Amino acid sequence: MISVHHYLLLSAILFSIGTLGVLTRRNAIVIFMCIEVMLNSVNLTFIALSKHVGNMDGQVFVFFVMTVAAAEAAVGLALMIAFFKNKESIDVDDFNMLKW
Amino acid sequence: MGILLFYLTAFVAVIAAFFVTKCRNPVNSALCLVTNFLCLAVLYVMLEAPFMAAIQIMVYAGAIMVLIIFVIMLLNLGTSVKGNYVHGLAGGGVLAVLMLFLTNRFVANGQATGTGGEITSEVIKSVGHTELIGRAMFTDFLLPFEIASILLLVAIIGAVVLSKRKI
Amino acid sequence: MYSNLWLIPFFPLVGSIINGLLGKKIKNEKVIGGLATLMMFCSFLVACQNFFRLMGDSVKTHQVVIGSWMSVGNLQIDWGFLLDPLSAVMIMIVTGVGTLIHLYSIGYMHGEVGFYRFFSYLNLFACAMLMLVLGNNALVMFIGWEGVGLCSYLLIGYYFEKKSAGDAAKKAFVVNRVGDFGFLCGLFTLFWALGSKGVWTVNFVEITENAHLLQTGGLLVTVVTLCFFLGACGKSAQIPLYTWLPDAMEGPTPVSALIHAATMVTAGVYMIGRMNILFAMAPTTMMTVAIVGAATAFFAATIGLAQNDIKRVLAYSTVSQLGYMFLAMGVGAFSAGIFHLMTHAFFKACLFLGSGSVIHGMHHAYHHAHLHDDPQDMRNMGGLRKKMPITFITFLVSTIAISGIPLFSGFFSKDEILWWSFGSNRGHWLLWIIGAVAAGMTAFYMFRLVFMTFFGEQKTDARAKDHIPESPLTITIPLMILGLLAVIGGYIGIPAILGGSNRFEHWLEPVFGEALEMHHIAAHGAHATEYALMGISVAIAIIGIFVAWTMYIKNPELPAKFTAKFAGAYRLIFNKWFIDELYDFLFVNPCKRIGTFLWRGFDVKVVDGVVNGVAWVTKGIGAGLRYTQSGYLHNYAVAMVVGVVVIVGYYVFG
Repeated sequence: MISVHHYLLLSAILFSIGTLGVLTRRNAIVIFMCIEVMLNSVNLTFIALSKHVGNMDGQVFVFFVMTVAAAEAAVGLALMIAFFKNKESIDVDDFNMLKW
Repeated sequence: MGILLFYLTAFVAVIAAFFVTKCRNPVNSALCLVTNFLCLAVLYVMLEAPFMAAIQIMVYAGAIMVLIIFVIMLLNLGTSVKGNYVHGLAGGGVLAVLMLFLTNRFVANGQATGTGGEITSEVIKSVGHTELIGRAMFTDFLLPFEIASILLLVAIIGAVVLSKRKI
Repeated sequence: MYSNLWLIPFFPLVGSIINGLLGKKIKNEKVIGGLATLMMFCSFLVACQNFFRLMGDSVKTHQVVIGSWMSVGNLQIDWGFLLDPLSAVMIMIVTGVGTLIHLYSIGYMHGEVGFYRFFSYLNLFACAMLMLVLGNNALVMFIGWEGVGLCSYLLIGYYFEKKSAGDAAKKAFVVNRVGDFGFLCGLFTLFWALGSKGVWTVNFVEITENAHLLQTGGLLVTVVTLCFFLGACGKSAQIPLYTWLPDAMEGPTPVSALIHAATMVTAGVYMIGRMNILFAMAPTTMMTVAIVGAATAFFAATIGLAQNDIKRVLAYSTVSQLGYMFLAMGVGAFSAGIFHLMTHAFFKACLFLGSGSVIHGMHHAYHHAHLHDDPQDMRNMGGLRKKMPITFITFLVSTIAISGIPLFSGFFSKDEILWWSFGSNRGHWLLWIIGAVAAGMTAFYMFRLVFMTFFGEQKTDARAKDHIPESPLTITIPLMILGLLAVIGGYIGIPAILGGSNRFEHWLEPVFGEALEMHHIAAHGAHATEYALMGISVAIAIIGIFVAWTMYIKNPELPAKFTAKFAGAYRLIFNKWFIDELYDFLFVNPCKRIGTFLWRGFDVKVVDGVVNGVAWVTKGIGAGLRYTQSGYLHNYAVAMVVGVVVIVGYYVFG
């Protein structure tokens, strides 16, 4: 029988892989995609626990996470285009102006 | 049967996720990501959440991924891959493994409690998952729903403003 | 009934505000000066009305409260005015003499740069002085007390572009602060002393009513009155705080006349009069007051003997006369002191205004001849009686009055004081001797002044000689009025022994009678003694005049011989007994050294060190922390993940 622990462990693995990507990649779009992986792993946790608890709230949260992800995609990609216009690159190491 | 399907799907999802981080070419990463999303949609179906699975495919694998691919193409990144596409691999790997270890310990130590809510498999079958989501969304979560709509509006405006050449 | 009392200080306030705010725009000197004088005259009329109403009234003490100022617990302080015979006399003097001096100032200050400023200050001063004398409680009085100090500062420093004027203003202010400190200490102690007996008040009427709660001659009342006396010393220029008054002559002459002769400097005398019941309860303080007063009268007179600046002679004369008033207060001759205050206001204002007239004329002449000699130096004058006859006559009359020649006002008041200092049971014959000798010196230096200025050969530079004019009417009219008052002002207080009824003393009896009666203060003695003393003091005065005449008219070479013979003594009094130098040595320089030490040692090293140290530490921390803000995305991401790991680790293992 598939228990909730299976889903949670899968979610943890996916989240760690996403973290690895965020920490190591230099391409901003790939980092962005890794963040999507992390978000999805969290979504999986939500739905698994929602099923386990027998409550709809978790799934509603997933809905909102998706909303945020969509908004993030729109703004984040627009930012990347703006970056690219300025620097002809989307390597995050080129964007280190945010310092004193 | 069910557990076999779960392991298979989980395996594909993990491999796809790993290749998202590994591929040099962002287009390949994007394709792997789509695969990952599809696997998750399968898992959602197995968790008796068909509506979420549908949204996962339509919104994520459809809309967001199209957007990402579109940006990759627009910026013509596929062909301009730098030689050194990662850095800090050791540090990132250590941290990620550490996090994996911790989360596993976390899950293994605890016991998921609080079972026995009113939304059982029977209810979902008789009423329908979409209707249940709709009820929850438009009764208890009406205000967050409206706020989410405003958030999207703000995101649209922000995106437009950011992409304009001259403001 | 007396509800229009508040108008008295209100009119000058209005004048001050209008001139202060709009004077620069008005520009027209006649309008500015006219307005200020009119305001003073209005308040003089109101003062007259109240004075005569009080005269016909059987109740002699009236309080008018126009509003509450503060109400704290049991303490209720009002904006209240007190009209009794004492304050009635004072408002008459202040508004009357004040009006004349305002009128005079129009002519004297003609063409000055800050004309409007001068009149604004002058009106403000009148307002503060009237608050001082009319306040029904010590706090309203204190407002006036500080207000007159401020105006005095502003007016002494009127020619602020001159360093000496600025220094003199500062000196006056600082020395007055010492006195104010005493006043406040006395007030607080009194407040606490009466409060501990259950009466929380600063109201003068209530203080008078409840003074019996304190022990007569006790330590508390002595301390309180000594503190008040210190305050009076500062304001009224008594030893040891008199040094500011001679320097205050840096101000324009009308200021010297109004503030530093007729009104403000008498505030201390007035205050002692107001608190007479407390002073009567403290014989030790009374003795101190009398001794300080007599010493000041004598000491200042000696300095006055050798000064050559016309205003400085008058300044030391003022200090000396104030000493007489304090002597009167100290021996219990309260009404005689106030009487002398009044007559002194008349003749000293007239003298100062007369000297102003002389200076005005000299200045005019020097200006005409393009010379830069000192117009105040008496050695450059002489023979002016023909050039400015009105000034001369009024000046001479006032000089006779101050010298104590019979039939002139100063005689009655001064003689009254001398008689009390001899005959009062709080007096002593030594005090009388000092007072009489000082009176002789007064006669000498005042006539020396007159002889040097108005008689003899004209020593003015030949080019300026013929251009000394008589002053205009705005100057001479006040002179004539004040000269007249200097003659007849004494007749309201002719002592019983000379066939008068001493109406002045009788008038003030409601204020002072109770204290005198309760503590059995009175002047006793045979009529023969009184006549004899009177004769002796007149004789001393005449001797003084005669000596002056001998030295400055008959044998003009005598003073030079005299100074050569007693060179040491002469240098001592010419340099004012080196008191200023002594104070510099004792107080000013140590203060400066402490200040320098605090600046160099404490401020620079400790305070600045702490401040700079804090800044340096902050800067160092910032310099260290800036390496964490690399701007690289991965650094922030790593920080976040490490944070997550730590927190989750805490939950897992904690």
